[in-house]
Amino acid sequence: MSGDGALERLRREGRIVIVGASLAGLRAAETLREEGFTGSLTLIGDEPHEPYDRPPLSKQVLLGHASADRTGLPRRHGLDAEWRLGVAAAGLDMAARRVRLADGDEVEYDRLLIATGVRARPWPHPAEAELDGVFVLRTRDDAARLQRRLAASPHRVLVIGAGFTGSEIASACRERGLSVTVAERGAAPLVGALGGVIGQVAAELQREHGVDLRCGIMVTGLEGDPAGRLRRAHLSDGTALDVDVAVVSLGATRNTEWLAGSGLGAGPRGIACDAGCRAFDVRGIVTDDVFVAGDVARSPHALFGYQFLSLEHWGNAVAQAATAAHNMISSSSERRPHLWVPAFWSAQFGVNIKSVGVPSLGEEVIVAQGSLAEHRFTGVYGYQGRVIAAVSFDQTKWLEFYQRQIESAAPFPPDYSSVDRRAEGLQPVPADFPDPSLPTHGPSVTVSGYSPTDQRITFTPARV
Amino acid sequence: MRLVVDLNRCQGYAQCAFLAPDVFAMHGEESLLYNPHADEAQREQVMRAATACPVQAIRVEDPDDAPAPAEGGLSGVR
Amino acid sequence: MTRDTLLRQIIDYDNRADPYPLYTELRKKPVRQEGDELFVVSTYWEIKSLLHDPRISSDARNLSPGAAGTLLQEEEASPLPPAFLRLDPPEHDRLRRMTMRPFGPPETPRRVHDMRGELTRIVADLIDGFGDRKQVDIVDDFSYPFPVTVICRLLGVPREDESRFHSWADTIAAGLDPDPDQDPGERRRVTQQARTELGMYLSGLIDARGSAPGDDMLSELVTGHGPDGQMTRMEVLSTAALLLIAGHETTVNLITNGTLTLLRNPDVLERLRDDPALAVPLVEELLRFEPPVQLLPQRTTLADIDIAGTTIPKGASVWLVLASGNRDPKRFPDPDRFDPDRKDNQHLGFGSGIHNCFGAPLARLEAQLALTALARRLDGPRLVADPPPYRQNAVLRGPRHLEVAFDGLRA
Repeated sequence: MSGDGALERLRREGRIVIVGASLAGLRAAETLREEGFTGSLTLIGDEPHEPYDRPPLSKQVLLGHASADRTGLPRRHGLDAEWRLGVAAAGLDMAARRVRLADGDEVEYDRLLIATGVRARPWPHPAEAELDGVFVLRTRDDAARLQRRLAASPHRVLVIGAGFTGSEIASACRERGLSVTVAERGAAPLVGALGGVIGQVAAELQREHGVDLRCGIMVTGLEGDPAGRLRRAHLSDGTALDVDVAVVSLGATRNTEWLAGSGLGAGPRGIACDAGCRAFDVRGIVTDDVFVAGDVARSPHALFGYQFLSLEHWGNAVAQAATAAHNMISSSSERRPHLWVPAFWSAQFGVNIKSVGVPSLGEEVIVAQGSLAEHRFTGVYGYQGRVIAAVSFDQTKWLEFYQRQIESAAPFPPDYSSVDRRAEGLQPVPADFPDPSLPTHGPSVTVSGYSPTDQRITFTPARV
Repeated sequence: MRLVVDLNRCQGYAQCAFLAPDVFAMHGEESLLYNPHADEAQREQVMRAATACPVQAIRVEDPDDAPAPAEGGLSGVR
Repeated sequence: MTRDTLLRQIIDYDNRADPYPLYTELRKKPVRQEGDELFVVSTYWEIKSLLHDPRISSDARNLSPGAAGTLLQEEEASPLPPAFLRLDPPEHDRLRRMTMRPFGPPETPRRVHDMRGELTRIVADLIDGFGDRKQVDIVDDFSYPFPVTVICRLLGVPREDESRFHSWADTIAAGLDPDPDQDPGERRRVTQQARTELGMYLSGLIDARGSAPGDDMLSELVTGHGPDGQMTRMEVLSTAALLLIAGHETTVNLITNGTLTLLRNPDVLERLRDDPALAVPLVEELLRFEPPVQLLPQRTTLADIDIAGTTIPKGASVWLVLASGNRDPKRFPDPDRFDPDRKDNQHLGFGSGIHNCFGAPLARLEAQLALTALARRLDGPRLVADPPPYRQNAVLRGPRHLEVAFDGLRA
């Protein structure tokens, strides 16, 4: 479409299809209506449920404080959308502007938003993954199943992978009084996201709360009894552990398989889009009618050298969905870039962990306020002499200051005095991130230092 | 009644946990846990919390019988 | 402080009834230097950012000698150590956590919520006490005794001793007031005297609570054990003094300012009468529109801070004019309009950051219940004088008296 008339017609009577009926999809739909889109709106979701919130699943729900089927997201009244729930999108014909559904149906669009998100990476051995007692945690059905099993007081729970989700699951188990072993391939929990220095604090938290934490250990096999129930896990140090529940928390896989062969720049790393959320095709040419938002997107960020970031963050889904929706029904001069500063939170072992910026870019870290030993501190990460990220443990009220430091590329290490600066905070230390070529379980930010328009890159087609 | 808290925004002022303790609870010093689907009978409490939130992080769905207002049927959010 | 500066005009009692036009002038320069080492910050985003800036200290010991000379040295020679209001982390955080244990979440999440019934009864009793009168002083007859009764019960301070500590609280609060016409030496002496007497009074109470604890906060501060251990006796003393004074000198202004604002906006008063739920957003708007704490004169810089084109040097005294930030048109559309339906009202009425008002949830509840009850029960209320006479204090600003005439009481 071109010209104001076409845009006006789109806003009035166009057809917008959103694939992915979770947080990003819902917020995009709401933004479209708030900004005056009166055409037809279709939301397609593979789960049979209305959009629900995922963060409570590993916290309130596992603790039994909230029910898994009652985390539905608040919805705007009068959204006036057609919901196609319980049916996955199976293909995309960009030329015909048509989404094919798993049930064979087809839906035509004038503008398409892809917000298909990610799914839990399953245990790599299918037969073992089938054992009764082996779980993942991503969906509300996953959470309901796991919660039921935890309520039945298993003898010992094994959490495989100590990223944020794994750590939160371990925390909930301990709070329920269950015995927990956490097996983490890296040197400490959360190392992929926060580095080894802060990871050591996470490790202390786990151990102080009675978690049997084993780092530098991989689970090599899960063994069932003749009835197909999990009974034992084998570890890379040659030992075995009797467990009746194992939760696989090995990060996520992006839901892009359905786009194979579509010509869109989609693959295992996500769907590349420009800062205005428009998807790139395989040739590195930006599309004008296909937009991307949420966990499945990767987009260049001005604050981080225009590197492409994939952010599996609640706040990113909210912000990017709003930007994408706005841009879908705006002329090019009114479009906005997605400039959200990455931020996330995690609640585990009674501690509130929050972060701004991209810690995994950090070369060094300094304890700007508080003390690692007290588990109350603000750590600031530096990259090439500037502040690139900050993380707080129970010190969230200071974080907006450090966000401004990131936004203004303030020098690192901080060259000023501040309240609660301790002796340990006078010198930066290496942040101690693992070698990025050996990713640990589920870093929540992935930085890929090239753009799809870069001539040197080769496109990796999705596995079919 | 559905609600969601933007915990990126939340800074742990705990006003919600004071004013609507049946729905919001602090877990440790500054982590917030809440019931994402509170009873309709708790609406008054929840609205007190959402209104008092110093960072306006609480988003509450309006009751089913409410007319669709200009701001989109979601209260307590900018 | 030089003569006739804006700051001096703000402090000047003649402008107490309506400082807002002066704040409008003030905001023309968001960060304004007054004298050598005093900087006044008046715009929303700048205040907000400094409230979250770890280079800002609340500890008077960090003031440079020049900046400290002007004001606020009372506590130097005081018998009481600074309470958490005047401390930085980690001491601030530790003491505030320990004080929170008997007051709020996570350990005591229901305390304030469960006071609703009692607060409602106290309010009803006070209004019943108006009797057959057709005119009352809202301050003396209502908005002062209400929060004082509440803080006394909460802390476990006998209400009958109230007349004794009333004057101490007033004197200590006046010590916060940067009144340039007062002899600083004399003021310091008077304030210290009040602090000493209050300290001795509380000391006796602490002994009594230590041997026979009740379910009040003082007892729990004295006997409580948590992960942070136990407060020292001096810490309990200064914390109790802080809570007692805060309970005396702030909520009274919130309720009085609210009554005044409602009487100046009869349409809103009418709505509140019909819809008590309006009290909730109305009190938030009140905290923006007429905040009981107008400015924070007690911060100092630990490093040079560049803000809004000005460098505030290390060791300077920084005043954050919350009431001015609340009227900043760059943050609040139509800021001089009292609008209880205002959206996204992230006002600075309770401050922000780690020193955000400790008693905020209680103050909110008290103001909501008090204003709702007044709206419902006073028949035909009207102001006798507008503006009413104000208290001297420019920081804790509010009417000294608020005479309200009415036709009678509704049941």
